[in-house]
Amino acid sequence: MLIKRPQDISENEVTAYSLYQGRRDFLKTLGGVALLGAGGLPLTVSARSGAATSEELTPYDDITSYNNFIELGAGKYAPAEEAGSLRPRPWSVTVDGECAKPGKFALDDLLKLNPVEERIYRLRCVEGWSMVIPWQGFPLGKMLKRFEPTSKAKFVRFETLYDPKQMPEQRSRAFDWPYVEGLRIDEAMHPLTLMATGLYGKDLPGQSGAPLRLVVPWKYGYKSAKSIVRISFVEKMPTSLWMATVPDEYGFYANVNPNVSHPRWSQKRERRIGEFFKRPTEMFNGYADQVASLYRGMDLKENY
Amino acid sequence: MQIREPWFSKVFKPAVFMLALTPVAWLAWGVWQDTLGANPVEYLTRSLGEWTLRFLLLTLLISTLRRATGWVQGMRLRRMLGLFAFFYGVLHLFSYLWLDQFFDWGEIWRDILKRPFITAGMLAFLLMVPLALTSFRAAMRKLGRNWQRLHRLVYPLTLLGVLHFWWLAESKQRLDMPLVYAIVLAILLGERVYQAVRGRWLGNSSSRVAARVGAPARPESA
Repeated sequence: MLIKRPQDISENEVTAYSLYQGRRDFLKTLGGVALLGAGGLPLTVSARSGAATSEELTPYDDITSYNNFIELGAGKYAPAEEAGSLRPRPWSVTVDGECAKPGKFALDDLLKLNPVEERIYRLRCVEGWSMVIPWQGFPLGKMLKRFEPTSKAKFVRFETLYDPKQMPEQRSRAFDWPYVEGLRIDEAMHPLTLMATGLYGKDLPGQSGAPLRLVVPWKYGYKSAKSIVRISFVEKMPTSLWMATVPDEYGFYANVNPNVSHPRWSQKRERRIGEFFKRPTEMFNGYADQVASLYRGMDLKENY
Repeated sequence: MQIREPWFSKVFKPAVFMLALTPVAWLAWGVWQDTLGANPVEYLTRSLGEWTLRFLLLTLLISTLRRATGWVQGMRLRRMLGLFAFFYGVLHLFSYLWLDQFFDWGEIWRDILKRPFITAGMLAFLLMVPLALTSFRAAMRKLGRNWQRLHRLVYPLTLLGVLHFWWLAESKQRLDMPLVYAIVLAILLGERVYQAVRGRWLGNSSSRVAARVGAPARPESA
């Protein structure tokens, strides 16, 4: 059987020193802050397949000015304008549910235990646009294993900060706060699933989900919960905020899929931010080789 | 309120004309200078759509203003405002056909059949076409009473336009902006219904009331 590799990435492409170096130089110029400047973290681009696309990066200003973060405001530009009210320090994360070592952990302690690495992922929004983002973060699975989830832990539930003082839109009753998202345990443990702490070598700005956010690159962006304060191991599938609010538009899985259209948007194509022409959307956002096996035998139209 | 001639025709009306062009000029400048944000195409399409709605509502406002304040002169701006609504509607549709779909007619057709907000928007645009085509004086004369009947299409088409915006919004959650348009439209339509009902109560024949409510723009004297 012919095993197809992703067209845009190969193992040696990722590990190629020149590319890595070039990218680091690129980051230094663009970000104005050398990666080493961000606390001297020794960042490494993981050699794992899918960990770093070589596509052109979306500029920092676009990534941090065009956001969906409903707690910080409606529309694409409001989150960046309102982000000042979000205080990312001090921050702690509560871990509870079906695990042997629950607790409340200070963010800095979590960061000491989980060395940060760099990932360059495509991000595809359900609204039909996409970006390429250099994240810093650590694999979620590695972190979760420390809490020793039990056999009852079938899903992981993520909760975003609820604090109307920091999140102006939470004063409105338009949504049933807090923002909740969820992953199946095998999705959460997948090596591509990232807990991000920064982008372009800088700490995450508020509008990007400071100080700790999920990045699940083969799913639509809204699955990647931001400003996470609670992680729960649960037995039953969590109901996300979007599932509860608009069930016919948003399902639990939210895998990027050009063949399953959204009621308001065809998902066949996407506009990469900065480009004029649209490009075809790829199955699992181009990460089919890495994640398709998670969904073998599932009807992806039913499980949207 | 009356603006004296020749001020109205020589200054006021041209000023309104220029003002109505500023949104498209501003958008063109934005495209050229790249100041429309990270996703300029989305911004452009959305703005053009909103300006279409605004001009439709302004067009409907004119005769309401006349009835409420007696400002008859405004009627001489109505055709121009209606044509600006059509102008922005054409640009809005074109930005969808070109920048969003790149003239993929199969995909466009599927969109029209499948997505209610596209269906409503497309229908609203189609209804604007005969109104724009019959907006000149010769057509008005030729059609006579039928001109007026035809141009009452402005009500359903504006309603469709507001629905188009409403259905585009994140279902039930993000209706702030569409709600503003819906409320303005409700006031403008409500006023007409009120006039019609009041007219009937006062014993006017329904045809006369209808004629007054949907009165065509007077042929311009200047």
